[in-house]
Amino acid sequence: MKRQVPLVITFLTGVLLVITFFIPHEPLGSLEQRFLIWYTIVAGFTYLLGLDSLVRYHLLKVRDKKPGWVYSIILIFGLAVTLVLGFYSWAKFKSPFTLGCPFMYLYTYIIIPLQATMFAILAFFIASAAYRAFRARTFEATLLLIAAGLVMLGRVPLGSWLWREIAYLIGLIPGVNGVELGKFELFARINDWIMDVPQTAAKRGIFIGTYLGAIAMSIRIILGIERTYISSS
Amino acid sequence: MAVVAPAPPTEVKAYDTRNDAGKSITIEWKLSATDVGDVAVLKGYEIYRSERPDSGFENIGFVLCGKTSYDDNSTQDGKKYYYYVRAVSPTGFADSEITGPVTSKAQWFNTDRTNILILAVLFGFLIIWYIERAKKGEKLFIRKITGLDAIDDAVGRATEMGRPILFSFGLGVITDIVTIAALSILGKIAKKSAEYQTTLLVPNYDPIVMTAAQETVKQAYMEAGRPDLYNESNIPYLTTDQFGYAAGVDGIMVREKPGAVFWQGYFFAESLILAETGHTIGAIQIAGTTAITQLPFFIAACDYTLIGEEMYAASCYLKPDPQMLGSLKGEDFAKVVTIGIIVIAAVIGTLAHFKVYTFDKIFEFLIDLFGPMRMIFGR
Repeated sequence: MKRQVPLVITFLTGVLLVITFFIPHEPLGSLEQRFLIWYTIVAGFTYLLGLDSLVRYHLLKVRDKKPGWVYSIILIFGLAVTLVLGFYSWAKFKSPFTLGCPFMYLYTYIIIPLQATMFAILAFFIASAAYRAFRARTFEATLLLIAAGLVMLGRVPLGSWLWREIAYLIGLIPGVNGVELGKFELFARINDWIMDVPQTAAKRGIFIGTYLGAIAMSIRIILGIERTYISSS
Repeated sequence: MAVVAPAPPTEVKAYDTRNDAGKSITIEWKLSATDVGDVAVLKGYEIYRSERPDSGFENIGFVLCGKTSYDDNSTQDGKKYYYYVRAVSPTGFADSEITGPVTSKAQWFNTDRTNILILAVLFGFLIIWYIERAKKGEKLFIRKITGLDAIDDAVGRATEMGRPILFSFGLGVITDIVTIAALSILGKIAKKSAEYQTTLLVPNYDPIVMTAAQETVKQAYMEAGRPDLYNESNIPYLTTDQFGYAAGVDGIMVREKPGAVFWQGYFFAESLILAETGHTIGAIQIAGTTAITQLPFFIAACDYTLIGEEMYAASCYLKPDPQMLGSLKGEDFAKVVTIGIIVIAAVIGTLAHFKVYTFDKIFEFLIDLFGPMRMIFGR
């Protein structure tokens, strides 16, 4: 019974939402929207669970003096300050998102720089991951390296300059107009071709597989065949 | 100086907006001859409405020059309306003829989605047919998915090293179907980790996913006969901030040094930050996502990567009962059908391009049939 009830609810809800996808007439037409509103309300309450989990996790860390417990104190302090400033800004400025209020100050001068810092780290990680991915150890990796090199050349001014210089050299051959050849932008064209043809084809292949997989998974969930989300077996 | 009026819009027609929930009428017209797409010459068009054909017209909307339609979303279903369109220039205006009466009503079927209905019924039928075949005991071949086969090795390796296992759903929320697929994988890993008595850490971005993950892990531990090992604080909520989450998970990785890391779910720009940190601590990493843009990063940084549909196949692959395998086989056959349609359409498109026979008409029909799907799915 404990497992049958969620399965019945899933089946009924799933079938209803599939039907409403094809029926614009009220009350079915706006049902999906209503469900999303309910979801938002439920999700709002689960943030309390999240807050409880977060605070408990870090308080336990501090109590047990686990590695990095000092950071947990900073986190709890940061959480409390954000909460206090949020309520203060709400009370004093009618909204915590009013420009110039303490909460927005916190957001603009602490949260945003912290986010930007994390995002900036990505540049270094891209370099290290690219180094490993582009090492020409196998035929496929060599192909990837060549394709990536050509795409990069096609996207930066250096590629354009390089092609003009190559065209100039070719233009030294009698009968060949190097200046006109330089306007051909070979690397940019190769880049366009790689991105529009092989890259798009591969991407669409994955898209088709993903969407069909999602449809099959949805049918399995609606019919109650897929139950792993309510039990691991 | 004489005031010069623009030419009026022509062929004005009003009709009930198609495939909607009612309360809307669409008005269409042909551009005024004065409309050259320049607001200095013709500002745009005012739309007038009345419930009588001879009087009582009120301005209900305005669109800029170059536009040829307007949706009146303030109608009452069943009521008769009359419309005309006025071309407005800086120097004057000109009215079209009055059109009507027209009434709005809600539709019971969205005809733009007929093609999706047909394909969904066809694919659904294929899946159910294969499930039935599998139930009858037919042996179905499923290709090896190396990333899923490596789960046991990864958990075993973490156990041998005496290190915990880390599992992340990325930024996926519970309404993402990929998160549901990831929950299946988590269940399998949790059961294995309970059997091997290895700590499983699941930091979360979304509190609902956290609750679902806690339930999944608890259930898996109970099935493994080790409910005593379950620790809720190993499945905490971190933050619903993208880079805050990345920083939090990186911190956990650097401190706890997990032996195996699983990135399963929906990821954005933080994917490489996470996976590269996992690489630097020497963890074996198995990723899986349907986020196409993040796949190259995972492939570059992780040991194994489940690409798109492989994630959805995970639960069938890990629990190969006839019903699950049958649905997977049905999905594969649907893929064959899709590839067949693409190949046939490509051939017809090529023939249409070279104006062979009447293939251009067949190709147009195919575009009409499948075009709206592209609009709905946005790809």
